[in-house]
Amino acid sequence: MSATDAAPAAPGRQAAPPPTATTPGAARRTWTGSALQSVLAIVAALVLGGLLIALTDDRVVETAGYFFARPGDMVSAMWAAASSAYEAMFYGAVYNPNGNTLGQRVYPLTETLTVATPLILAGLGVAVAFQAGLFNIGAQGQLLIGAALAAYVGFAWELPVGVHLLAVIVAGALGGALWGAVVGLLKARTGAHEVILTIMLNYIALNLVAYLLTRPAFLRPGSSNPVSPQLAETAMFPKLLGEQFRLHWGFALAVLATVFVAWLLQRSTVGFELRAVGANPRAARTAGISVTRGFVVVMVLAGALAGLAGVAQVAGTERALTAGVAASFGFDAITVALLGRSKPWGTFFAGLLYGAFRAGGVTMQSMTGTNIDIVLVVQSLIVLFIALPPLLRTGRDRARSRRGRGSAATEGVRA
Amino acid sequence: MSSKHPTPRHDQAPWASGSTAAGVAPPPFENELSTAAANEVVGVRSWRTPVVLALLSLVALALFGFNAPDNRVGFRVSEAGDLFRVPDLAVHGVVWGWLTVAVLVAVTALALLRARAGAHLPRWAVLLFGFFFVSGFLVWVVGSSRTPDVSLSGLLAGSVALAIPLIFGSLGGLLCERSGVVNIAIEGQLLFGAFSAAVAGSLSGSAWVGLLAAVVGAALVSLVLAVFSITYKVNQVIVGVVLNVLVSGLTGFLFATVLEPNASVFNAPPRLPRFAVPVLSEIPVLGPILFDQSVIGYLMYAVVALVWFALYRTRWGLRTRAVGEHPKAADTLGVKVNALRFRNVLLGGVVAGLGGAFYTLVSVSAFTRDMTSGAGYIALAALIFGRWNPIGALLASLLFGFASNLQSILSFLGTPVPSQFLAMLPYVVTILAVAGLVGSSRGPAASGQPYTKE
Repeated sequence: MSATDAAPAAPGRQAAPPPTATTPGAARRTWTGSALQSVLAIVAALVLGGLLIALTDDRVVETAGYFFARPGDMVSAMWAAASSAYEAMFYGAVYNPNGNTLGQRVYPLTETLTVATPLILAGLGVAVAFQAGLFNIGAQGQLLIGAALAAYVGFAWELPVGVHLLAVIVAGALGGALWGAVVGLLKARTGAHEVILTIMLNYIALNLVAYLLTRPAFLRPGSSNPVSPQLAETAMFPKLLGEQFRLHWGFALAVLATVFVAWLLQRSTVGFELRAVGANPRAARTAGISVTRGFVVVMVLAGALAGLAGVAQVAGTERALTAGVAASFGFDAITVALLGRSKPWGTFFAGLLYGAFRAGGVTMQSMTGTNIDIVLVVQSLIVLFIALPPLLRTGRDRARSRRGRGSAATEGVRA
Repeated sequence: MSSKHPTPRHDQAPWASGSTAAGVAPPPFENELSTAAANEVVGVRSWRTPVVLALLSLVALALFGFNAPDNRVGFRVSEAGDLFRVPDLAVHGVVWGWLTVAVLVAVTALALLRARAGAHLPRWAVLLFGFFFVSGFLVWVVGSSRTPDVSLSGLLAGSVALAIPLIFGSLGGLLCERSGVVNIAIEGQLLFGAFSAAVAGSLSGSAWVGLLAAVVGAALVSLVLAVFSITYKVNQVIVGVVLNVLVSGLTGFLFATVLEPNASVFNAPPRLPRFAVPVLSEIPVLGPILFDQSVIGYLMYAVVALVWFALYRTRWGLRTRAVGEHPKAADTLGVKVNALRFRNVLLGGVVAGLGGAFYTLVSVSAFTRDMTSGAGYIALAALIFGRWNPIGALLASLLFGFASNLQSILSFLGTPVPSQFLAMLPYVVTILAVAGLVGSSRGPAASGQPYTKE
């Protein structure tokens, strides 16, 4: 089992369905099973995260001292700690009831969408590669190179309104595509494994950007801080809902990209070929599809999508290139794609969810003092729970797997 | 699932490349790819080696030859307090630079001749090339700095110190991968080992308890990896990646919530003692490296030797390698594939945990957020560059430790090479290695594929 188990496209429609997927009703079971399992995984991860928040709370530790005298105190303290943290997270991610104006009340939701934008774009990059059977651990590097190129075009070139932003977007996509193409070409030519290549290229990209930020061409005049000049106003995404919100048209780009990827994968020849390569390279090759070309195409595409995430960062929120411009979006994108089961719209909604966690996490940290790293814990637990088959295994599935092969349903849910 | 096509793969894919859905054996494109590589192995002329060497020689010509520093370049060998004094090594930048270029060109010419004859370059020639390239680089880079004089023992001892966690990490990864389980979670194991060591060491007031806790902590990470990837056959790469995020988040959260506010209780581990062997530790250069180490430093040498011996000279080692290369065959002969893998993954965690302990019990005596800062990935690189061999992993880790130590020393001396490029070095050479441009780096054939008994 490997790459494609992470990318279970609905088996019924798959280009070359694996033999086990032809069991009647497998497609339906996979779908309903996966939706329910996703929800359960999210709930279970949130509960565990809440437990962690509760157990490290000062008041809980205090009440634990006299737990056997009055256990109720500790239980209520735990509930208070966890629920207040999650409440703050909700306020920060969805709706702030304490706001005076409508704008202030929905501000958190727009923050969620803003943070979700690069997550969705980079997540799509990872998901597309999964669909073709490749592990793209390198979204971080592709995002960084895309951001660097986009930022350079944004601050160094002077172009008319409209054209400039377009040039920035193209530059970012090109930068990411270039970084992805290195992986695709090396894999196609030499058989080197993409996991190693992408991990190594992430660090090379990080150092390359750090180096660029020591060169005069990338620095603000007269400054030696590793921060690039600000992007020109013409290079920035316009704000989507007015100046009081950070939400920008990059989000629309993310929606468009999702639509495009969904179309590409489900309706186009290229997408068909990619999924065929991912589902069964042997069958794909027999059918006359060039598997090696597929590697290059999909990595270029994946890199371009991750590069667009870089554009969303520099031309949407940050407005300048720094070494930390990518934050950890490229790594989070992997969990986003996994939660989204490598499907375009699944990735989109997973990106929204993780965007909400992040946006809410910031508010939570400032309101209740709960460290934002809890978000990382919850995110990774979600993916682990989704991957854990026994969570939702029915007796029938168990009997099936005892016979040696996992059913399509259980194979599918193993992220 | 079991491999239905036991043909050895000649490509450099260290793990089962983009394989297929349930029950489908290694994909055919691997064969398509591997035939190209296989042809080169069985005698069709390969121009790859001479081309790569020629490119490197050109770099040497441009930098070490034409750009040679026109001054004396000194490497201090003896330090104050050494047992006996050895005269310093000193060469002239121009002389050594052109000597380097001459040797490199000669080896390249030899490689060309050998390639024409369809033969491989002998190993001594490769080593010669490597030695002169590295020394030529060192002379050039030190000579071009503001103070063209460095302490050789400082350079090497610092490299070893930086390499120790890498060595443990790559050995831990090696134990997993040789038995067929990909371990991306080395970073998480190091980090959790460092964290456990700091907490347990502080609470108990004993560095030894901390060391034990590091081992247990990293083995716990391994346990999760093993349960998910072996018992439940979840994709190994995914589990590894997610585990790294989980450990980073968990330790980061606990650090901010528990460790930082009560640093004196939870985050002040005692240091492991340092033993300097009398007399021997005063030997110039070698003394500090071999005979003036912390407990973990000595353990490192022991573990490398032990892993090598166990892997190549014991029944366990033979079985481990068999399971990593061809689990079905091993199973046929009565080896319990998944049980062995499970144990080896746990053992890998134990070894990686020792490396994690180095951070909080030897190098710095406090835990900080994400303090391993990617060392686990460099360890993975070292494992691959070292061709999944303990000695290779040791040497690769030392090279990477040397590169990062050189980077910090050069930032003091002032250098013509941007430090970021030195920092990139491990990653670049690893890419070259897996792409087969420099040597060939082929992983255990079954690495990455879960095994289901049929």
